[in-house]
Amino acid sequence: MSRKLYVNTTINGEEIEFLCEPRQSLLEVLRDDLEMTGTKEGCNDGNCGACNVIMDGVLMNSCLVLAAEAQNRNISTIEGLATPQGLHPLQQKFLENASLQCGVCTPGFLMAAKSLLDHNPDPTEHEVRHWLAGNLCRCTGYDKIVRAVCDAADVVKETA
Amino acid sequence: MSATSTSVNGNGKYKVIGTRPIRPDGVDKVTGRALYGIDMNLTGMLYGQILRSPHPHARIRGIDTSKAAALEGVRAVVTAKDLPPAGADEVISLVEGTFRLTHLRSNILAGDKVLYQGHSVAAVAATSLHIAEEALRLIEVDYEILPDVVDVVAAMQEDAPLLHDDLTTQEFGEDSGKKSNIASHIQFKLGDLEKGFAESDIIVEEEFNTASVHQGYIESHNATAEWKTDGQLTVWTSTQGAFGVQKQTAGILGIPVSKVKVVPMEIGGGFGGKIPVYLAPQAALLSKLTGRAVKIVMTRTDVFQSTGPTPASYVKVKLGADKTGKLLAAEANIAFAAGAFPGSPIGAGAVCVFSCYDIPNGLVNGYDVVLNKPRSAAYRAPGSTQVNFAVETLVDEIAEKLGMDPIEIRLLNAAEEGMRRVDGAVYPRIGCRETLEQARAHEHYQTPLTGPHRGRGIATGFWMNAGLKSTVTASVNEDGTVNLMEGSTDIGGSRASIAMQFAEVLGLPAEAINPMVGDTSSVGYTELTGGSRVTFATGWAAYEAANEVKRILITKAALYWEAKVEEVRFEDGDFIHASDPEKRLSFKELASHLVDLGGPVVGTGAVDPDSGVGGSFTTCLADVEVDPETGKVKILRFTMVQDAGTAIHPSYVEGQMQGGSAQGIGWALNEEYFYSEGRMKNASFLDYRMPTCLDLPMIETVIVEVPHPQHPFGVRGVGEASIVPPPAAIANAIYDAVGVRLRDLPMRPDRIFSACLEKQAATVAT
Ligand code: FES
Ligand code: FES
Repeated sequence: MSRKLYVNTTINGEEIEFLCEPRQSLLEVLRDDLEMTGTKEGCNDGNCGACNVIMDGVLMNSCLVLAAEAQNRNISTIEGLATPQGLHPLQQKFLENASLQCGVCTPGFLMAAKSLLDHNPDPTEHEVRHWLAGNLCRCTGYDKIVRAVCDAADVVKETA
Repeated sequence: MSATSTSVNGNGKYKVIGTRPIRPDGVDKVTGRALYGIDMNLTGMLYGQILRSPHPHARIRGIDTSKAAALEGVRAVVTAKDLPPAGADEVISLVEGTFRLTHLRSNILAGDKVLYQGHSVAAVAATSLHIAEEALRLIEVDYEILPDVVDVVAAMQEDAPLLHDDLTTQEFGEDSGKKSNIASHIQFKLGDLEKGFAESDIIVEEEFNTASVHQGYIESHNATAEWKTDGQLTVWTSTQGAFGVQKQTAGILGIPVSKVKVVPMEIGGGFGGKIPVYLAPQAALLSKLTGRAVKIVMTRTDVFQSTGPTPASYVKVKLGADKTGKLLAAEANIAFAAGAFPGSPIGAGAVCVFSCYDIPNGLVNGYDVVLNKPRSAAYRAPGSTQVNFAVETLVDEIAEKLGMDPIEIRLLNAAEEGMRRVDGAVYPRIGCRETLEQARAHEHYQTPLTGPHRGRGIATGFWMNAGLKSTVTASVNEDGTVNLMEGSTDIGGSRASIAMQFAEVLGLPAEAINPMVGDTSSVGYTELTGGSRVTFATGWAAYEAANEVKRILITKAALYWEAKVEEVRFEDGDFIHASDPEKRLSFKELASHLVDLGGPVVGTGAVDPDSGVGGSFTTCLADVEVDPETGKVKILRFTMVQDAGTAIHPSYVEGQMQGGSAQGIGWALNEEYFYSEGRMKNASFLDYRMPTCLDLPMIETVIVEVPHPQHPFGVRGVGEASIVPPPAAIANAIYDAVGVRLRDLPMRPDRIFSACLEKQAATVAT
C-alpha cells in the first residue's frame, strides 16, 4: 500500500487537513474522503466540467488535479457559493430561469460561471458560450443556462 | 440575445397551471446538497469495479480470479458462476423496452461467451476504488476469439457470425425455427401499395444509415447495494424507475421482489438509458459475500462501451405522390441494430415512420437484429428519429421536384384526427397541423435567409407517448401545506409539474405542496420516468389524489359547521356553506381546524391511463451555414414547435424542447460510435462529440396547446418528440445551402465535403 501524504489546504475559506494517496485526485478526496459531494464527476478525464472548482482564482477540473497539489492552495467549491444570507445571484438566476433539469451539471456550470464573472463582469452572450464550452449539459440545450449567466451578471454589476 | 419563447393558445383557464414557480428541489440542486446515485456513501462501504471484455466476440474458456482475490484489500470477486441458477425465462416489460431475464442476466455477467467489447465478465469489491482497479488487472480470462459483426446489414446475412446459438427469427410473431441474427421481423400493411404507386406521378426511393449514438447523460451508471443477513436487500441507484430496478434485480438474483427495496436517488440524466440494470445485481452479490455495502460507479468509457446506445439503423424508404403533392403510397424497410441481445425499438420505428402523414397505402417491414455491440437501450422517442430522417428528407425532395413550399406539402398531407396509421391505430385529436401552421407563421420562417452557403430546412416529427401506472399519495398538514409522495423519479422538474396539477385542483399556490419521490417501500407502484408519461400520468394521479383530498375536506367542513355534507361546496379554493355564505373557510383555515375534526386527511390517486392516445408532434426550423472549405456546419438559428397539449410549467416544457433539439443536433452532425475491428474507438467525451454551448445558438420554442382529449388538464407529455425532426431538418437545410443530399448520420464535415466535391465533379463533367 502506498504511503499517505499529509495535505493542508483551504476550502471555502476554512483550513482543512487531510491524508491522501499520491494517486488520488482532488475530486476523489473532495467527494469520497471529505464527503463534499456537491462537486460532481461526469467523466474523470477533464472533458465535462462537472467537477469544476476554483483554485487560487483559476477554474480547474478537479478530476485532473492531484489531491496532493492542493497543499497551501485556496479552493472554492459549490458548497461555498451560497452564504448563510442567501444564494449567489448565479444560483438565484439558475432557479428563476429553470436552467437545470437533472441538475448534475449545475454545480460545475455555476463554478465556471462564477469564475467567468470574476474575470469578466460584463460578458457578451458569445463570451459566456466560449467560457462555458468546457462544461457539458445533456439536458437543457444550454439556452436557459446562458440566459441565467447573463442575468446574473446584471445583478452582480448592480450590486458591485 | 433574442427573446425566444412563445406559447400559443395559453388560454388563461388555470391559476397555477401555466405559471413558472421555482422547482421545489431547486435550492438543493444549485447548492450541491442534492444527493445523486454517485454521491452515496455508507459506513464501511466497499468499492466495486467491473472487468469488461476487450473483445467484441469470444468464448470464455476459463476465468482465474485467484490472484485478484488474494490482493490485499480485496474482499470478494464474482463471476457468472456466482449468480443463482437461472429460473424461468420471464419477460419483463418496462415501457420503453422488453427484457428477457436470461438476456439481462448474461448482460450483467457473461456466461460462456462475451458478445461485445465492454461486456461484463467479473466484479470485484475492495476497500478502495484503486485496489479494486488493480484487482481487475489480476483476473485472468482465457478467451477464444470469434469472428464479430457490428454492421446491421452485414449481421443479417446468412453467412454472418451468429451471436446466439439458440436465437431463431420470430416471423410476424411466430417462431420460424431459422437460426439467424434477425431476432424478429414485423410488418404493417395499409391499403393497396401497388395501386398507390401506380397512381403516383412522382416516386422517390433512397437508402439511409444512422450510426449508434449514446444518450450521453452526465452522471454515470451507479448502484450501491446492502444485503443484510435477514435477507433484505436495499439498492440505492440513479434510475428512471425504481420499481423496474426492483423487478429486474429480484429476477436476476432469484429472490422475491418484496426482499428488494430500491431507493431512487437524484438522477443525473437518463433519456431512456437508465431503465435496464447494469450494476445492481453485481453490487448485491458482492454485498452478500462481504456483509458490507458495495458501491459501483461506471467509468465514462464503460458507460459508452457497455450501456445502451440507441440502435444504428439501415432504413430504405419509397414514397409516391401525385402532381399536387398528395402522398399516395409509402414503403419502408427498417433494420435496427439491437446490440448483443434482441429488443431494439423496431416496433416503435415501424409505427412512427409514416406517422406524420395521411397516406392511404403503406407497407412497413421491420427487423430487430443482434450484433456485437452493447445491448441497445431506449433513447428519447426510441426508434422515431432514425426513420424520420429518411421520410422527412424524401418529403423534402418531393416538394422540391414539384416546386412546392416544404411546409405546404406537409400541411397538405398532415395527420389528423380520425386518420388510420399504417399500424392500424386511429388518431384522436392531435396537433400535427397546428405545429406546421405555427412554424409557417413564425417570424423565423417569414424572415428570408440570405448569404452564401446558407440554407433553411424544416421537418416534422412524432412520438406516441405513454400512459401507464402511477401513484400519488397526499397528506394535508395543519398549516395548510400538503406532503405529496409520488413514485416518478424527477429528471427534469417533474416534482414541480405534478405538484402544480395537485395545487390547481385545490386552488393552492404551488409552493404549498411539498412533493417527494418515494422508494419502492414507501409509495404505490409507479412505472418508470419515460415515454413522456410523468407529467401526463403521475400528474393525473395527483389530480385524483387532490380530488380525494377535496372530498374529505368537504366532510370536515361539514363537521366543523355541523352541517350536512351536501351543504358544503368548494369554490375558488374556499369551502363554503351553501345556505350561509358568511361561512367560508380557506383551505388553510380549514386545515388549521383539522386537529379537532377526526382522522387524517390523506388522498390517493392510483391510475393507469390508456397509453398511445396522446401523441405529440413537433416541427422544427433550422438555418445552417456550411463551410465549403471544410464541410463544417454551423447552426445559425433553430426553432422548435411542439404540441404540449397543455403546458403545466412552460419553462420545463421549453427545457424539454431545447434539450431534445440539442440532442437531435448532436445526432445530426457529430455523434457516433466509431468502430474499427469491432471496437469502439471514441469512448470518451473528448472523442464522442456532444454539442457544447459554443456549438449552439439559442433554441427558440413555440408551445402549441391542443389539449389531450382525455387528460383532466389536457396534458400530452413533451419529453421526447423534440429529438425527432432535427436531423432531417438539418439535412434539408444543408441541401438548401450547398445542394447535396446527405443520407448517412452523422453528417460529418468529411461527408459533406466529399459530397460537395462529387457534386462539383459532376457539374464539371456535364
Ligand atoms: S469529471 Fe472532471 S471534467 Fe468531467
Ligand atoms: S441539467 Fe442535466 S446535464 Fe445539465
